[in-house]
Amino acid sequence: MSEDLASDVGVGKLFTDPDPDKAREYFRSKSRVMKDKLMDVSQAVSLFISDGDYVAIGGFGTNRIPTAVLHEILRQGKKELGLSGHTATHDFQILAAGGAINRVDVAYVVGLEARGLSKAARRLFEEAHIEVCEWTNAALAWRYRAAAMGIPFMPARVMFGTDTFKYSAAKQIHCPFTGKKLLALPALYPDVAIIHVHRADKFGNAQIDGITVSDFDVARAAKRVILTTERIIDNEEIRKDPSRTLIPYYCVDAVCHVPYGSYPGNMPYEYFSDEEHLRQWLASDGHASTLEPFLQKYVFGTKNFSEYIELCGGWEKLLELRKLEFIHEQEPDQVAM
Amino acid sequence: MDYNPMELMICLASRILEDGSTVVVGTGAPCAAAMLAQKTHAPNLMILFEAGGIGPQLPTMPISVGDSRTFHKAIMASSMPEIMETCQRGLIDYCFLGGAQIDKYGNINSTVIGDFRRPKVRFPGSGGANDLASLCWHTLVITPHDVRRFVEKVDFITTPGYLTGPGARKEAGLPPGTGPYKVITNLCVMGFDDETKQMKVESVHPGITKEDIIKNTGFQLLWDEDLKTSLAPTGQELRILREEVDPMRYIIGRQAS
Repeated sequence: MSEDLASDVGVGKLFTDPDPDKAREYFRSKSRVMKDKLMDVSQAVSLFISDGDYVAIGGFGTNRIPTAVLHEILRQGKKELGLSGHTATHDFQILAAGGAINRVDVAYVVGLEARGLSKAARRLFEEAHIEVCEWTNAALAWRYRAAAMGIPFMPARVMFGTDTFKYSAAKQIHCPFTGKKLLALPALYPDVAIIHVHRADKFGNAQIDGITVSDFDVARAAKRVILTTERIIDNEEIRKDPSRTLIPYYCVDAVCHVPYGSYPGNMPYEYFSDEEHLRQWLASDGHASTLEPFLQKYVFGTKNFSEYIELCGGWEKLLELRKLEFIHEQEPDQVAM
Repeated sequence: MDYNPMELMICLASRILEDGSTVVVGTGAPCAAAMLAQKTHAPNLMILFEAGGIGPQLPTMPISVGDSRTFHKAIMASSMPEIMETCQRGLIDYCFLGGAQIDKYGNINSTVIGDFRRPKVRFPGSGGANDLASLCWHTLVITPHDVRRFVEKVDFITTPGYLTGPGARKEAGLPPGTGPYKVITNLCVMGFDDETKQMKVESVHPGITKEDIIKNTGFQLLWDEDLKTSLAPTGQELRILREEVDPMRYIIGRQAS
């Protein structure tokens, strides 16, 4: 093994403090009162996201993402945010386009999976406008887990021998029981997490249908949590089947009612992604000359998320995406990608 | 029966996946290969997606490894930690990866071309690739074959192959018994030599010459003593691939190189 890869400490910068006692002090002062946390998105962003905060985003890039909050972050001109790039695709693209972030823990960013790469997002790296620390999807998931458990690190068996390790902030340790090499992944306590869910009551008790990605841990790891939700349900509904509650109210600071809130992303059992609009994003963010009018039209020129949806085709578009979500019941030739 | 290079690659990949085994796939060709295997020789192949889908009955190609297709009629809609921990426990036989560069030890770069701090090109990064290649028993790679991709030294090791050779994975701390297994390209199928852990050509696709492969590879390849010709897709494989797996030709309509 070459010298530089034999190192047992990553050279990357740790953007967040893994100290569980500092986190405990924060959580000690966090309200436990089950109170009404309903508010609109602009209020939630101005109350709970400050310049310089470190942000984690729920869902998976173009699936169950809190688009309304991401747009509002741009509209309010939030700056110098840190981001956990735990498969951040369209979410990363929005924040990159708006110049809102200056540091990122990378597992997967810049790309939109099978759809291609965002040039605006790439420029941040290629012109060195962003501080970068490398990780993997499992590493970031387990860093959230450590924070959710209230411990300073999680041991794991990934990243060894690679440059991904070298440019991370992980450290190699030895197991006190077996003597095996382990990678110590520092707990990741985001300042704020933003998660889109299927249902929540006004207190923030929330349910998610389908895969939960890492949101169980993200909601517990973050100091503050903003939820956007497809539906607001009564607390009685939560109590009818408490086994469905993924996020309990005491994790949550704001509940925003945003139907179709994952648009143009996919929302399982509700609507599919708007591939046409995502293609427009990718085509527009290639150059500043096309990106600026695009952002002006769709983000800065809109007052809120419903104006954005109207611009993108409104009710008819949404109905089309609801049909696409149930693609398996259709003939193949009706399916547009 | 006529077929294109992408169809051949998918068929060759699908034949590697045995019935009753487990595989984590991404979108694109790996997903098509796993679906084809399920519909031919491996009905009990268990397909998993890293964002949490386990054992879906895929109605169509997913466009994201976290979209709702990936847990359509699944046995479980779980989470990223659930999938990664199942890999770490040793229950997952195969994973399927691609990348911008690969070297003779199967190390993969999907992070940067050029200097890390000021890259010429920035790619997405590991995603779950490093995790899967560290933890699954066998890593499979499907990639176009050219000298830009098959290089002597990758610019950045995103995902571990055999690192610097025999014993290096274990020495580094990776679970023993894991590593790259097959590399399937538009020119040939390669495995890894037991002794040197270097890439070795096992079968050459119909109509392709050794010279084609050498010309498109940036490092010295090993050649199996019992070098074979890759078996062309059967009529049944092609029919299922075209009619059931990818009727919209999202994957098989793509260029393989």
